[in-house]
Amino acid sequence: MNRIKDIYPEKLLQKHIKNIHQLTELMDNRTIHLMEVCGTHTMSVYRHGIKQVLPKSIHLLSGPGCPVCVTPTEIIDAVIELTNIPNVILTTFGDIIKVPGSKTNLRKLKGQGAEIHIVYSSLDALEYARKYPNKKIVFIGVGFETTAPTIAATILLAEKENIRNYYVLSAHKVIPPAMRALVEDKEIQIDGFICPGHVSSITGAKIYEFLAKEYHIPCVVAGFESLDILLAIEMLIRQIYEKRALVEVQYNRSVSWNGNQKAQLVLEQVFEPMDDNWRGFGVIPRSGLKLKSNYSQFDAFKKFSIKLIESQQPTACICGDILRGMKLPDECKLYRRICTPENPIGPCMVSSEGACAAFYKYENIELSGRVPTII
Amino acid sequence: MCLAIPAKIISIKNDSAVVDISGNFREINICLIENPKIGEYVLLHAGFAIERVDTELAKELYDYNLKKIE
Repeated sequence: MNRIKDIYPEKLLQKHIKNIHQLTELMDNRTIHLMEVCGTHTMSVYRHGIKQVLPKSIHLLSGPGCPVCVTPTEIIDAVIELTNIPNVILTTFGDIIKVPGSKTNLRKLKGQGAEIHIVYSSLDALEYARKYPNKKIVFIGVGFETTAPTIAATILLAEKENIRNYYVLSAHKVIPPAMRALVEDKEIQIDGFICPGHVSSITGAKIYEFLAKEYHIPCVVAGFESLDILLAIEMLIRQIYEKRALVEVQYNRSVSWNGNQKAQLVLEQVFEPMDDNWRGFGVIPRSGLKLKSNYSQFDAFKKFSIKLIESQQPTACICGDILRGMKLPDECKLYRRICTPENPIGPCMVSSEGACAAFYKYENIELSGRVPTII
Repeated sequence: MCLAIPAKIISIKNDSAVVDISGNFREINICLIENPKIGEYVLLHAGFAIERVDTELAKELYDYNLKKIE
């Protein structure tokens, strides 16, 4: 296999590739659509050259599990508004600063002198609040169930220390409602899900049960190494062959059925679900997280009376279709011509885990296996 | 972002732990883990340990599949 040197021996990987091919042949090589939901899986799939070694009849679709990619423009615009307020220091994870708002982005503003700091952890943001008591520190909370408990834990720490100048702008989202929206979408055909790894470490694999029970779609929670992904695909294909639909866990070294219950409790203490807008999907019920009312003193939306203004700009960016697995990046008119990692037009190129960024980076080893995904 | 890396707990003090990430040492928050112990491996994400890594299962995955080839 022409790819980066792997931590697993070639023979081991070839064995599972062969199993996948054999199972597919037993099903007369009929077309099977598998979606990897999580952006980190998209990157792993590309990095390990998975598409090249799969039978051509298995189509891998990239899903919306890239939190930066699904953050809508109005959130970025609202964050940009905050830079106009005196004594506000904005803190954020790195990817957000390049996402385009309607008029500009945070990176440009930072270059023009705005107080915007990139942090690795919400704990770093809280440290700013301790260090600068006469400033208001706003942390931009983006991420799914992997990240939200860490933001919740930091809020609890702020409450314990009676810190009064720390605020969170929650743009957090949760995965299962988006998966339901995907299977309900008549334009998309999904025969199996490669389920997120680290979201599932927190939530447990139980959150995908409704997909198997209500929609008869096989689900396998996968790890991120080449062997993990190949095993997960083999498990999915085997379920499809045997006409079963279950939730199985391949990534059992870090994922259990019930998940990390302590982390779940921390999340539920601080956050509650709300209807939320996803780029490419529109509003999905109960898919976002907002701060509960008893933590409103940390809620940036309340403190700064933030109003979200939806922007409807005509654009050739087809990020929305890419997030639903309907198109591949090089089917976008802007891809590579105008939209590049240095000059990203849409968030799928901005995010280090976006489908377009992954495609761009690994495109030269994308030999065969790329197929149009519209049914 | 689902990015999380395995890290080995070297020392614990209240909700903080020093971990070894392939030779790099970092202080992280372990408040999301129930009864963390020195020597255990955890997944590190955004400054927090988010779950344990079961090293026995990790080893089993590797060994079991290797045996099947022989």
